[in-house]
Amino acid sequence: MDDLTRLSVSELSANLARREFSAAEAAQSYLDKISSSDKALGAYLTVSELKAMEQAREVDEMRLRGEELPSLAGVPAGIKDNICTKGVKTTCASRILGNFIPPYDAHVMECLHRQKVVMLGKLNMDEFAMGSSTENSHYQVTHNPHSPDRVPGGSSGGSAAAVAAGEAAFALGSDTGGSIRQPASFCGVVGVKPTYGAVSRYGLVAFASSLDQIGPLSRTVRDAALVLNAIMGYDRRDSTSVDREYGDLTRRIDQGVRGMRVALPREYFAEGLSEEIRDAVYAAAKAYEKLGAEVTEVSLPTLDSALPAYYVISSAEASSNLARFDGVKYGFCAQKAADIDDLYLATRSEGFGAEVKRRIMLGTYALSSGYYDAYYKKALQVRTLVMRDFERVFQDHDCILSPVAPTTAYKIGEKTTNPLEMYMGDIYTVPVNIAGLPALSMPCGVDSEGLPIGMQLIGRAFGEAELLRAAYAYEQCGALRGPGKEGGGF
Amino acid sequence: MDQAYEMVIGLEVHVELKTKSKIFCSCPTAFGAEPNTQCCPVCMGMPGTLPVLNGQVVRHAVKAGLATNCGITRYGKQDRKNYFYPDLPKAYQISQYDLPLCKGGYLDIEADEGQKRIGITRIHIEEDAGKLVHREGGGTLIDFNRCGVPLIEIVSEPDIRSAQEARAYLQKLRAILLYIGVSDCKMNEGSFRADVNLSVRKRGDMALGTRTEMKNLNSFQFVVKAIEYEANRQVEEIKAGKEIAQETRRFDQNSGKTLTMRRKENAQDYRYFPDPDLMPITIDDAYLAALESEIPELPDERKRKYMEQYGLKAYDAEQLVTEKEIADYFEAAASCGGDPKILSNLILSEIYRLLPQEKTAVPITPQNLAKLAGLIAEGKINSSVSKKLVSEMWENDRDPEKLVAEQGLEQVSDGGLLRSLARKVIAGDPKSASDYRGGKEKALQSLIGKMMAETKGKGNPVLIRELLLEELK
Repeated sequence: MDDLTRLSVSELSANLARREFSAAEAAQSYLDKISSSDKALGAYLTVSELKAMEQAREVDEMRLRGEELPSLAGVPAGIKDNICTKGVKTTCASRILGNFIPPYDAHVMECLHRQKVVMLGKLNMDEFAMGSSTENSHYQVTHNPHSPDRVPGGSSGGSAAAVAAGEAAFALGSDTGGSIRQPASFCGVVGVKPTYGAVSRYGLVAFASSLDQIGPLSRTVRDAALVLNAIMGYDRRDSTSVDREYGDLTRRIDQGVRGMRVALPREYFAEGLSEEIRDAVYAAAKAYEKLGAEVTEVSLPTLDSALPAYYVISSAEASSNLARFDGVKYGFCAQKAADIDDLYLATRSEGFGAEVKRRIMLGTYALSSGYYDAYYKKALQVRTLVMRDFERVFQDHDCILSPVAPTTAYKIGEKTTNPLEMYMGDIYTVPVNIAGLPALSMPCGVDSEGLPIGMQLIGRAFGEAELLRAAYAYEQCGALRGPGKEGGGF
Repeated sequence: MDQAYEMVIGLEVHVELKTKSKIFCSCPTAFGAEPNTQCCPVCMGMPGTLPVLNGQVVRHAVKAGLATNCGITRYGKQDRKNYFYPDLPKAYQISQYDLPLCKGGYLDIEADEGQKRIGITRIHIEEDAGKLVHREGGGTLIDFNRCGVPLIEIVSEPDIRSAQEARAYLQKLRAILLYIGVSDCKMNEGSFRADVNLSVRKRGDMALGTRTEMKNLNSFQFVVKAIEYEANRQVEEIKAGKEIAQETRRFDQNSGKTLTMRRKENAQDYRYFPDPDLMPITIDDAYLAALESEIPELPDERKRKYMEQYGLKAYDAEQLVTEKEIADYFEAAASCGGDPKILSNLILSEIYRLLPQEKTAVPITPQNLAKLAGLIAEGKINSSVSKKLVSEMWENDRDPEKLVAEQGLEQVSDGGLLRSLARKVIAGDPKSASDYRGGKEKALQSLIGKMMAETKGKGNPVLIRELLLEELK
């Protein structure tokens, strides 16, 4: 039953409930798909086949006993490799954590286990989530399912590629500056970065603590809502987790956008954006008007300053967060070291890749005495301005529609020699992280080369329900064929 | 030290707080457990783990601030202090940089020239690091049990001018923290340890000299010794025309010397920045009022009471209040009717003589000590007998009145008997008598000693002296 890997999470779940096929069969189909196509795709770093089958059989046994099962029971998923999985290697695609097997699960993994989700394995990414193309993985290159010589985006490139190629029904990624949304757009899937504080970061190996959020990548908007329902919620182990009521995001998902006020920020459509993407997003805006939404142009002048502020803040936090990888307690440890300082130096020189080192140096510099005020403090001030900018727009708008990235998926190796150009690709996604807002990326067309184009919807803090409602309305309106139906290149 | 110079000292004291669990996780904090049995992924800084602040830590720290007259911040934050060291698993210590919980306090000490006020710059919360165990024959092991044990760091102003003042400050600080119950302050277990910042300058100079820092001194004695050695060393260097290097030094217990540990040129840039994993700490009026109401009578209040109600001298009162249990004991004995001054003398001389270091449990009931004081007040026993009785009661806590009766220890104050003894002693030692008459005051002591021997130590010393003087005229 090969085509069962093309089913959405909700279809899969419904079929499992009707016992059209068993969870073990579903898991086996996915594992077969992985073994046949992942060699070429390169999405998985670890496939946890035995565990997956064990979890699937447990679901089948529970169903056989007539036990009530949660909505994601038996659904096979892939997990980005910076999310700690108890007993399963978690490398962050870095040499330095090459042998690290966490003795604990991340909060989101506990949530998925409660849902009886079947974990297929761990997905490739840019090392420590630093990058936009998944080319910074120490282990392997991941290819774009729509065009094998192109990148899948990043840093959650493995997650996006796996979902697009039918190697996972959904995946978890993490988004610090666009790392869920941009690969989702490059691979033609749905990706959501939740409001900062909505999903516990406990067990997510930190890149930039004040920006990181875990979120889903899926083939449909409803699937994203189902996964968010499972992972959003208060967790006392994360002090930045927000204790509030998180309702069922699917409940009003189909209620349409009539009267919804959609903002098109002028600056997001200025120079640097590919015309095809601009046109596709404008077309989506037209579709919203047809659906009864009110679309108006607004200004978000802080767009340009958000990117440098983002690189200062995220690198500063990363320089501190990654200091613990010193070869003393776990992970890679350089063998030839004369003394402790030498051990640190050798371990970190050999254990980290070039991009990670670049950011550590950048961040260390920004926090150094004498430079703190000029860089870190200034960046925090910019952060406040970006937040105010969004607040102003949300006073009389319900969501913001913009492109996700200035281009569609580029060629593997095309931008690796120019980090600055790569950083520029994050321009539309980082303001959202800076402001802690929820945002979603979903397909809104294809370019002349047949590559997916993504659009971004940005919502108010904790406005996930509204955001998903807007996304669902567009997905269902027929302006674009459903993303789940789009075939991958593999 | 050359009296042309004076020392300028500021102290940084690290105090482990008495909490059930660690500052950012739920591991226990008990001292002395097997290595690495009280740690978890959070305090070991494993990837993906996050800190959650223990509210008790803030309450304890704020109490310490209130008890040392500090202003309490309404908005505090926690910062990361970044440096690499194997005992620091995250490679940063969560501490407080520019918004400490408490600021601008003071405490009063008894100095040589009377009461002196020592300023407290700030009190902040932070986590302790682990412990490195260097093995004989090479290799270093790490014990993470202490990682994340909550600490407060109390920083004084550079108001201290002598080793004795430093000791008095530390004793007072320790007393206050014990009174409010936020720490055990056990120096031998490292739960109260001091860093000394010290410089010297010519008396009368306003500018401060270059300072050195001596880290982790864990006994009052070491603090005193380290200060005396270091101040002297600095003065000698200056007099020899050398410059003092700004550096961290360590005190070597065996030699009593301080030795260079780390030069300032190699000092680290800690790259402090607000910890993004933790929320700001907000403190409101109700919170403060509740903590204020929990603060018991503090050493200074007791001291004032002892001076005003009981007429004790400032120095004695200060000594009594330093250990809360001792002060409680003193008050209990006084409330049983013992004369406070006599009780104070008994405790500060006899009881303190018998108390082992860092212990405060007295095996004599306050009632019995009060009775002993009564016997002294009524002149029924003399001081040498009372000393002997305290030692006896320490071993076997019995009613001193019974002991006196049983052993016939009552003071001999019979004037007739003592006068005839005086005549006998003078007659038996004509040399001492004539020496005394010839102006040798000391000769009297030998005659008194003989009288005491005649009375088996029970003679009334005042009366004996009086009668001897009369008979020697």
